Amino acid sequence: MKSAHHEVSRSDALSTARLLVTAAHVGVRQVPAIGREYDLGAGLPAAQRPARGLMRARRDAARVEPMITVESLTRRYAGFTAVDNVSFTAQPGRVTGFLGPNGAGKSTTMRVMVGLTAPTSGSATIDGVRFADLPNPCLEVGVLLDASAQHAGRTGREILTIACDTMGLPRTRVDEMIELVSLTPTEAKRRVRNYSLGMRQRLGIATALLGDPRVLILDEPANGLDPAGIRWMRDLLTAFASQGGTVLLSSHLLHEIEVIADDLVVIGNGKIVAAGTKEELLAAAGTLARSPSPRDLAHALEQAGITSTLASDGSVRTEAAPAHVGAVALNAGLALTELRSAESAGLEEMFLSLTTDTQREGVAA
Amino acid sequence: MTATIDPLATTPARRTAQPIPITRLVKVELRKMFNTRSGFWMLVSIGVLSVIATGAVIIFAPDSAVTYLGFASAIGFPMSVILPLIAILAVTSEWSQRSGLTTFTLVPDRGRVIGAKAIAALLVGVGSMAIAAAVGAIGNVAGSAIASVDTVWDISSSMAPQLVLGNLVGMSVGFTLGVVLRNSAAAIVAYFVVSLVMPGILVLLAQVRPWFEDLQPWIDWNTAQEALFLGATDTAREWAMLASTTMIWIVIPLVVGLLFLRRSEVK
Repeated sequence: MKSAHHEVSRSDALSTARLLVTAAHVGVRQVPAIGREYDLGAGLPAAQRPARGLMRARRDAARVEPMITVESLTRRYAGFTAVDNVSFTAQPGRVTGFLGPNGAGKSTTMRVMVGLTAPTSGSATIDGVRFADLPNPCLEVGVLLDASAQHAGRTGREILTIACDTMGLPRTRVDEMIELVSLTPTEAKRRVRNYSLGMRQRLGIATALLGDPRVLILDEPANGLDPAGIRWMRDLLTAFASQGGTVLLSSHLLHEIEVIADDLVVIGNGKIVAAGTKEELLAAAGTLARSPSPRDLAHALEQAGITSTLASDGSVRTEAAPAHVGAVALNAGLALTELRSAESAGLEEMFLSLTTDTQREGVAA
Repeated sequence: MTATIDPLATTPARRTAQPIPITRLVKVELRKMFNTRSGFWMLVSIGVLSVIATGAVIIFAPDSAVTYLGFASAIGFPMSVILPLIAILAVTSEWSQRSGLTTFTLVPDRGRVIGAKAIAALLVGVGSMAIAAAVGAIGNVAGSAIASVDTVWDISSSMAPQLVLGNLVGMSVGFTLGVVLRNSAAAIVAYFVVSLVMPGILVLLAQVRPWFEDLQPWIDWNTAQEALFLGATDTAREWAMLASTTMIWIVIPLVVGLLFLRRSEVK
C-alpha cells in the first residue's frame, strides 16, 4: 500500500464505503482501496510513514495495529483464479466477519493463512509472521477450517488428546475444553463417525481453543449448530474479542455475522468487494420502502429527484433518508406498508447487492 | 449451554513458544497409529496371528519343522503383510480421513511430520518383530517339549538382522507408496501389485527375454527381500542388488513424493 493512501481521512473512507455499495448496484465489481483506514503503515519503513501527529490521530480512529494482515494474496489453479489480489486486515479486540457466496474464495484464503495451501503470490501474516514460521503455531492461532476433517475412527477425546500432546500442553486442557464446548463425557468417548455436524463443530472449536490462542481463524463455525449452540458460539467469540483476542470468521449465515461482527470483509469471485466496519457498510444501505403500488412510489421518488431501485420483491430502495421518502409518499398520496432504514434488512441486502455479479443465482438486487 | 468461558480469561501476552521437538511428534504419531479402530485391530492382529501361527506350527507341522526358524517363518508371513499396511495407513489416513487438515495446521512443517511417521513406523516394525521373536521362542520351547524333540535354535545372529531388515524393506515400500499416492485404497492396492503381481511379471519377462534375466534381481525388490528373509544376503553383489532395488523403489520415489507432498494442497 502506498503512503498516499494513508492521507485519506476517516470521513473519506466512510464515503468510500458508501460509494462501494452504490457502485456495486451499477455493476462495478472491484473497488481499489479497501480497508485503508486500518493500515497504519505498519509495514512501511520509517521514512514512508505518515507524520507523528497524523499517526496519532489515525491511531485513535483505527484503534490498534492489525493482527492478521493479508496482502495482495493470489491463488491460481489451472485455468482459474480462486483468490485474486486479496488484501485485508483483522484487528485485535474485534470480530472480523469474512463474507462471500459459495466458492468466492473464503476457504482458500483461510487455508493459505494457515499454510495448508501455498499462495501463488502475496502473503498472509499473523502479527507480522507467517503462520508456518511460528514455532508452535496453534498456541498463537486457533484454527477451525472444516469440522468434518477428522479421522472418523477416533473418539472426540482422542482427537483433543493428540492436539494437546502435539502442542505440549497438560492433558487437563482436554477435559477443560470438552466442558467448555458442552460435550458430555459420554459424547467425548464416542467416535467422531457418530457425531452430528453440530458436535463436530464443538469439537473443532475445542481444538481451536486448546492452545489458549490470541487469534481465532474459523471457517463457518456456526454451521450445523442448534440455535442455543449459535448463541453460545456468539457469546464465546464476543468474550474472546473483548479480552483482546482477534477473531476472523467466515460465514454465509448473514444474520450470525451481522450480530457478531465488528468489521466486515466481503469477497466475491475471489476479489474483495467491500471492507470496513459493520456500521459503515450498513449505514450505506439507505432506506427500504414498500407500497401496494411500488411503481408509483418509484415514480414519485424520481419526480422528487431521488434515485431509487425497484426490487423484484416489490420493495423500493433508495439512499435518501426514511423521513424524506415518507414525505414524498405523503405528497404523492401513496400508502406505505413499510418504511425503514435498510440497515435492518441489513447485511443480506448489502451482501446480495455487492455480490450480485458473482452470485450463481443471479439474484436481482 | 451454561458452559463457563473462564479458560479463556487468561489470554497472556505473546508467549515465547518453543519449537515442537521431534520426539514429541514421534510419540504423537505412534499414538495415532493405534488410536483408531483399524489401527488398534491391526496391532491386535499382529499379536493374535503370532500366537495362532505358533499354535499351528505346534499342531500341524512335522517334527522336523519344529525349530525356531519354523516358528519364525510361520509368524513372519502374516507380519510381512500387516506391517506394510500399518506403514501405508500411517501416511495415507491423513489424506483419506482428512485429518491432515489438523495435523499440518498443528505442525506446518510437513517434512517433520512425515519424518516422525517414518520413525514411528520403524519403531513399530522393530517392536513387532521383537514380540514375534519372543512368541516364537516360547513356541519353540513349548513345541519341542510337546513333540519331544530337541529344541533347535536355528536362526543365527547374522540371520536375525536380515529378517528384521527384510520386514523393514516391505514397510518402507508401503510407506513410500503412501507418501507418493496419499490415498489409502490406492496405496494398498499398489502395494499388493508391486509385491504380488509385479514379481511374477518380472520373472516371466526374465524367462522370455534373456537380456532381462541378469537385470531382474537388480530391479525387483521382492527378490532382494526374499534373500533377506532367507538370511541369504551375503555377498557384496547381493548387498549391491539390495541397494539398487532400495534406490529404485524407496529412495527415489520417496524423495520425489516428499517434494510434491510438501507443496501439495491439504484439503
